[in-house]
Amino acid sequence: MSDTTAHSAAAPELTPEQRDEKAFGFWIYLMTDAIIFALLFATYVVLSVGTAGGPTGKDLFSLPHTFGETMLLLISSTTFGMASLAARAGKRQGVVLWLLVTAVLGVGFVAMELQEFAGMIAQGAGPDRSGFLSGFFTLVGTHGAHVSVGTLCILVMVGQLLTKGLTAPVLSRLMRLALFWHFLDIVWIGIFSIVYLPGVL
Amino acid sequence: MQDAASHQGPDLRAYLTGFVLAVILTAIPFGLVYFKALPIGPTVAVIVVAAVIQVLVHLRFFLHIGLKTTPGENLLVLLFAVLLLVIMVGGSVWIMFDLHYRMML
Repeated sequence: MSDTTAHSAAAPELTPEQRDEKAFGFWIYLMTDAIIFALLFATYVVLSVGTAGGPTGKDLFSLPHTFGETMLLLISSTTFGMASLAARAGKRQGVVLWLLVTAVLGVGFVAMELQEFAGMIAQGAGPDRSGFLSGFFTLVGTHGAHVSVGTLCILVMVGQLLTKGLTAPVLSRLMRLALFWHFLDIVWIGIFSIVYLPGVL
Repeated sequence: MQDAASHQGPDLRAYLTGFVLAVILTAIPFGLVYFKALPIGPTVAVIVVAAVIQVLVHLRFFLHIGLKTTPGENLLVLLFAVLLLVIMVGGSVWIMFDLHYRMML
């Protein structure tokens, strides 16, 4: 608790109204982002039949690999939840530790995805091969870019926690970053249910 | 801080419940596809149902959306996004596959 009081003079407190307004604005952003993803899903589904004689999902996708990615994201969502709980309890060190665990899992997810992309491109199944692969790389790549930015934001958050402490503005940002991170996990449910599982069937 | 501490929020149990439910709802469709336990039709049905339930589980236990606890305007924006999503995705898929079908004739 000494962290929070030491810095409260420098950082103005947020009123509950201001906090709700910021959360609402961020929520609108998330919903528009959901619509972007929905349209990329629609594009993928329309293009997925156009393999142009090239490799199909059955040839390219590895279920254990996708399951590993799914678990990494799901566990990272839970560890971010632990960070949120530590923040509410006013334990700065706990927040930093859980955020670092979350960032490591996020990096692991992006690394697995890049490995998959590199393997596909190496066997001539890059985004230029067919409509199916263009749709695949656009959709899954956009999600991967979101996770990468989210991981970067988590590291920035750790920096803010270490320099500013658990001030009201930092807590408010942490809450919005949590929304973003959990949202990415929801998009991933769509990706494995629409792209990977039907692709392997 | 007192305000935040007394505020009735999610607890450890919410996150763990969400995690366990999500693992189960992920394992079922992956298992079915991996072991080819069912014909394609029912498998797709299970994938869709498990995905919809898992999205609701995430919204409830990770994003803490509640019909009573979440501010009305947030729910309204969420419902509006779902409406747009159904119209745009459903409409695109319907039109494009109908077109595909007609071009094949």
